[in-house]
Amino acid sequence: MPKDHGIGASSKRREDVRFLSGRGVYTDDMALHGQTYAVFVRSNVAHGRIKSINTANAAKMPGVLAIFTGEDFKDVGGNPAGWLINSRDGTPMREPKRPVLAHGKVRHVGDAYAAVIAETYNEAKDAAQQLADDSDIEELPAIVDMKKAVADASNRVHDEIPDNLCFDWGWIEDNRAAVDAAFKSAPHITTLELVNNRLVPNAMEPRSSIGEYFPGTGDYKLTTTSQNPHLTRLLVAAFVLGIPENKLTVVAPDVGGGFGSKIYHYGEEALVLAASRKLGRPVRWTAERTESFLTDAHGRDHVTKIEMASTKDGEILAIRTETLANVGAYLSNFSTATPTFLHGTLMAGPYKVPHVYVNVKTVFTNTAPVDAYRGAGRPEATFSIERIVDKMCRELNLDPFEVRRKNLIQPDQFPYTTPVGLVYDTGNYQATLDKLIELADVAGFDKRAAASKAKGKLRGMGLSTWIEACGIAPSNLVGVLGSRVGLYDAATVRVNATGNISVMTGAHSHGQGHETVFAQVVAEKLGIPESSIEIVHGDTSKIPFGMGSYGSRSLAVCGSAMSKAVDKIIAKGKKIAAHMLEASENDIVFADGKFSVAGTDKAKSFGEIAFSAYVPHNYPLETLEPGLEETAFYDPANFTYPAGAYLCEVEVDPETGKVDIASFTCADDFGHVMNPMIVEGQVHGGVGQGIGQALLENTSYDENGQLLTASYMDYAMPRADDVPFYTVDHSCITPCTHNPLGVKGCGEAGAIGSPPAVVNAVIDALHRGGHSHVKHIDMPVSPARVWSAING
Amino acid sequence: MKLTDFREIKADPATVWAALLNPDVLKECVPGCESMSGSVADGFEATVTQKVGPVKATFKGAVTFSEIVEGQSLKISGEGKGGPAGFAKGGAAVSLEPMEGGTRLSYDVEAAVGGKIAQLGSRIIDGFAKKMADEFFTRFQAAVEGPAEEEEADTAAEGEGEKKKGWFKRLMG
Repeated sequence: MPKDHGIGASSKRREDVRFLSGRGVYTDDMALHGQTYAVFVRSNVAHGRIKSINTANAAKMPGVLAIFTGEDFKDVGGNPAGWLINSRDGTPMREPKRPVLAHGKVRHVGDAYAAVIAETYNEAKDAAQQLADDSDIEELPAIVDMKKAVADASNRVHDEIPDNLCFDWGWIEDNRAAVDAAFKSAPHITTLELVNNRLVPNAMEPRSSIGEYFPGTGDYKLTTTSQNPHLTRLLVAAFVLGIPENKLTVVAPDVGGGFGSKIYHYGEEALVLAASRKLGRPVRWTAERTESFLTDAHGRDHVTKIEMASTKDGEILAIRTETLANVGAYLSNFSTATPTFLHGTLMAGPYKVPHVYVNVKTVFTNTAPVDAYRGAGRPEATFSIERIVDKMCRELNLDPFEVRRKNLIQPDQFPYTTPVGLVYDTGNYQATLDKLIELADVAGFDKRAAASKAKGKLRGMGLSTWIEACGIAPSNLVGVLGSRVGLYDAATVRVNATGNISVMTGAHSHGQGHETVFAQVVAEKLGIPESSIEIVHGDTSKIPFGMGSYGSRSLAVCGSAMSKAVDKIIAKGKKIAAHMLEASENDIVFADGKFSVAGTDKAKSFGEIAFSAYVPHNYPLETLEPGLEETAFYDPANFTYPAGAYLCEVEVDPETGKVDIASFTCADDFGHVMNPMIVEGQVHGGVGQGIGQALLENTSYDENGQLLTASYMDYAMPRADDVPFYTVDHSCITPCTHNPLGVKGCGEAGAIGSPPAVVNAVIDALHRGGHSHVKHIDMPVSPARVWSAING
Repeated sequence: MKLTDFREIKADPATVWAALLNPDVLKECVPGCESMSGSVADGFEATVTQKVGPVKATFKGAVTFSEIVEGQSLKISGEGKGGPAGFAKGGAAVSLEPMEGGTRLSYDVEAAVGGKIAQLGSRIIDGFAKKMADEFFTRFQAAVEGPAEEEEADTAAEGEGEKKKGWFKRLMG
């Protein structure tokens, strides 16, 4: 009988009641007395010099209260990159200032160079258009293509950066000679050039921010769509506006999805705060959908050449890659970490590959900034590795299942140190591969292929054995590697006098289901009902601190902090119980919500202990403070390493090139699972996004830097009929060895493991159909591309 | 967006050349043109209203002439701002060659759009630009040539013959 409560139960998501009944409270839902509206004036050209902005006409328009331009912010700070990367020659990365509003130059279509604040939205919009009409921006040649950007020193996104390079990173530079030597003596070398297509995150709720200033106290409040309000507070306070941290509250209420795009601080947040200070009234802004397309940090956008050295029977000897990674026009907060420490460090995959060298050149272009998007660096690594393993198998006529099995790290080899700087603490990659082969009925493939053939379709199957690293840590190591922040998290567990509990978590929930899962963990540990536990998140005035939700870290890092805080509650409860039960603290055991004296029937319930802590009449006041509230910070000793095996079956219509996903099967190892239903949902969502990337989604800039895919007419999001019913399994469990819950994280896995499985399946289908000249098709594998590949 | 094509016009090169540089002709021939004024030396000011897919806008802009080889070839460049719709700009390299019974007018058109038109209408922009060019040169041809010959042959009265001339010819006497 499955559990219906606590850890391991598929408790229904309590937050869904308000989401599904329209009672969620999102930033744009909040109406404030005296509120005003901000509209941004955005560049229509990708690259231009701002010659003049004449504000006179716009200022006279009805309802206009204030106008801001880049000039107003030229003396305040810029929005910084969160991670300093050094180039191979030891020089630090080039880090141009990212101003609140563009000053001097505009650098991508959508770059905001002015803002209008007015009494109503329409008045602000009209005045913003007037301001745009009264602005003289001289269009400069756009820098769009990464290869051209690096080759042409005369045309610069940032005038001070001659070759448009942010950095040229080698990982690990000291290993390079050994890797090159391995290639020189290799019996077989497989080479593949591929593109990891740029994606627009498309959170359902567009970005939205409200700035408030309280003249009486000098306090500021920013309500905003953020995945990590504390980080936003730190960036706005310490770097951009210079507001003391204790005078700024950041609240991220209900947030409708982020996928990475709401990790970062954006200029609009600083603008509404600065404007509210000037006007003494709340200033609000909500992005239109096209603004989201133009200005939310995009994902991926790598061009990679990968080489794999192997024996003739498929043993991987070395991997070498060269990647151009697009950062767009400015450095978004994690944009430098994503193509480096979240990508290069994963380039050994789940394999026993002795030699790996990764080179990443990060390039400025006149496009929207690119940063972490669901998976962040690991999908790029996984796609490169899993595509080239497949290509190697084809070139050597080897079975892709057997080649992977042969190269996978063996269960008895953990902890396993990779040549790219990670130590995988635990795993059993054979187990998930075996589980996959069983669940996907690989043995029955030929029969299904014959049925497809009878319909005139080509069936293929694609495999991906993936690994990722979640819960980036530990802080002292990432500090050495260039991180400018710590990567711990924090939680406070407050037991109220009547025994119910408020848990304040640094992790922010914007769709993940923390309010349910975190309550399950606390309920399990304290032996009390889930319903008496409330999870509070997203408000810097209520929560001790937190680094937010990204990188599948919420449960592994913040959940661990919460678990530690609960342990402190239990420890204190034992002291109170020992006093009340007149026993030694060492004899008190806590189980099923009761503190009892071992070997006796003397016991106090959790509620009685809580009450006593707040009404301390019978209480050890001389040795113990009243109250029952504990805070814990948790800094992980290592990443966690979820891993798994995915199999995709596709049917390709050779007449049209259309690819249909026939089935998709996942066998994952996420460590211990707190709520199987939520884990399954996370995998569904991740795989759905991966299928979107593999088959549909493409972000297209023309040679002038105009974004051609800036609405749902041209940007193809996956719809229900584009994805199959998934088969998802997470019964293979090797618990994380270094966090108290033994959890690994599941939020990004689907988006990481699925794209290569899809593309491998398409290539497989074409080969089985006799089109063996097709070596690779870049994503999205659209009907046009498949048809051209078949007929090319 | 690039487009290369030609037209055979039943008028001598000098007539075609003069028509090309005449703001009144251009106003009549540019689809959706509401005003066109100015001189070849200083360029023209133009207002054009057009609907590109979901975006309808009035573009205000300047038309300039360059690389002029009198009577033979020139480059026409234009840039229009359409307010919230964004902008459109482009150029046409036009050359005239005398041919049997008239003039062969060849053109290379290059067009680019930016802002909302590019963001929302990119799928249809190529077809739109081709349609615009076709329509322009069709009208231009009609303006210079007048109606087709068989119609002209039917014309009995002298006074009406005047009318049936292309309006540009009429204008030029």
